[in-house]
Amino acid sequence: MGKKDTDVRFSKFGTVSFTATTKVNDFIGSLEQGKVMGTRCKGCGMVFFPPRADCYKCLSSDMEWFEVSGKGKLVSYSKLEYAPVGFDKDLPYSIALLDYGTYKVFGRIASDVPEAEIKVGMEMKTVVNTLSNNQLNYVFQKA
Amino acid sequence: MGKVAIIGVGQSTFTRAYPGSVRELAFEGFRDAMKDAQISTKDIGASVICSAPEYDKQRSPAGVFAEYLGLNPQPTFYVETLCSSSSMGLRLAYSLISSGLHDVVAVIGFQKMSEISSAESQERMGRGADIQWESPFGTMMPAYYAMYARAHMAKYGTTPEDLALIRVKAGTYGELNEKAAYRKGVTLEMFANPEDRMASPVASPLRTGDCCANADGSSCIIVANEEKAKSFCKKPVWVKGLGAASTAVNLAGRDLFTGLTVAQQAGEQAYKMAGIGPKDIDVAEVHDCFTIAEMMAYENLGFAKPGEGKDLIRSKETYKEGSIPVNVDGGLLSKGHPIGATGGSQVRTVVLQLRGEAGAIQVKNPEFGLVHNIGGVGLYGNVTILGR
Ligand SMILES: [Zn+2]
Repeated sequence: MGKKDTDVRFSKFGTVSFTATTKVNDFIGSLEQGKVMGTRCKGCGMVFFPPRADCYKCLSSDMEWFEVSGKGKLVSYSKLEYAPVGFDKDLPYSIALLDYGTYKVFGRIASDVPEAEIKVGMEMKTVVNTLSNNQLNYVFQKA
Repeated sequence: MGKVAIIGVGQSTFTRAYPGSVRELAFEGFRDAMKDAQISTKDIGASVICSAPEYDKQRSPAGVFAEYLGLNPQPTFYVETLCSSSSMGLRLAYSLISSGLHDVVAVIGFQKMSEISSAESQERMGRGADIQWESPFGTMMPAYYAMYARAHMAKYGTTPEDLALIRVKAGTYGELNEKAAYRKGVTLEMFANPEDRMASPVASPLRTGDCCANADGSSCIIVANEEKAKSFCKKPVWVKGLGAASTAVNLAGRDLFTGLTVAQQAGEQAYKMAGIGPKDIDVAEVHDCFTIAEMMAYENLGFAKPGEGKDLIRSKETYKEGSIPVNVDGGLLSKGHPIGATGGSQVRTVVLQLRGEAGAIQVKNPEFGLVHNIGGVGLYGNVTILGR
């Protein structure tokens, strides 16, 4: 009973997670299987990334998962030389946004992509990444 | 519905580390505004306290401040929209007065950021965004705005030097503002010298010189209905237009990355309510938390077409003598940015301008002034138009 039964998988997300419990905790289960997933509302078809448990358009909470796949276009990025507390060991790293057309994905650019090769508008793909502290996130690689 | 006026403005000196408690800090801006308005605490019907949480330890600051400022037993409460909290407080004061609930309302903004380290403060600010889906990637305000800068540069050919020009302008007026935290001039040569602190990278393409600094400070705006304004005040400044908007927290939920939709929408609402347009504005205070933020404000408020903000700063049209003077008090870049106090400080500058009391930074005979105050990374937007 009580705390033992609480699903806190979301505390695995990112270098430092600020959320433990969410109705979309299966997102972490998918990351562990190498998949980045969003949700689609079964009521009205709205597509959500990041995934949501609830649809604000039709108020349904009946969702199905879809995989983020194919190529997105790099909308913008920034390389950080200074980090918030808790993230300094990751420096330098780049945060970025990919546009997949019907949804966008906010994340990091893979650390092995040279900055000189990063261009706004370039095609990239989203892949699961294990961080040095064994936490999970996803990063963008050249497509 | 009667008119609503600002009858008193005040702010503390913005400083790197205020040597006192938050209630004492709040008192500084309050005293300044009360002396300006020449009213007594009994004349104030309610107080609105504005800040962003988690910088100091005081929970529910409204009650503590109301006691310290002598504003018991009048009602008091807290308003928070991150960096635009005190502009939202002014919007609320407007509604409290125009509804007839109160005749006079004090809007007090404050922030004491020096109690935590710079890295901790970046973490707090980062958590003003989406803590579930973005903060775990190590986000912070400069990096978010840097993404807008990168997109603006890619689409319009804006350069890092264009952004530096905005910092140079801020330095020009920061030198003249005795309430500013950073009163040194800034040159393009500093940005060109890799050894100079101004040029050190923070989050590409933004450099240290592109970013405002944390500060401690407080501000106070005293707002009144028409009858009280005319009886208390020789030069009331009228609230002519108000606009406010919100958007998706997560950048994944947005479509525009070369400007802020909240600023466009709040601006349109404020212009419509005031019955004027961008060309009628004689002086403006915009939310230059980063140089790119001022550049986007030029375009979002209609001072320049999208992509042409760079032409305004290159031709110095936003200097005091230009066609649309912007941030001639040094802006956040020179004053420092004590989050909850910032909007009130912007309003103070525009009120002093409209009264003709702005001293060395006075623009010539302004009729209308505009305040653009943004919370988070374009998450909350407030635009306020004031007039004589
Ligand atoms: Zn739906």
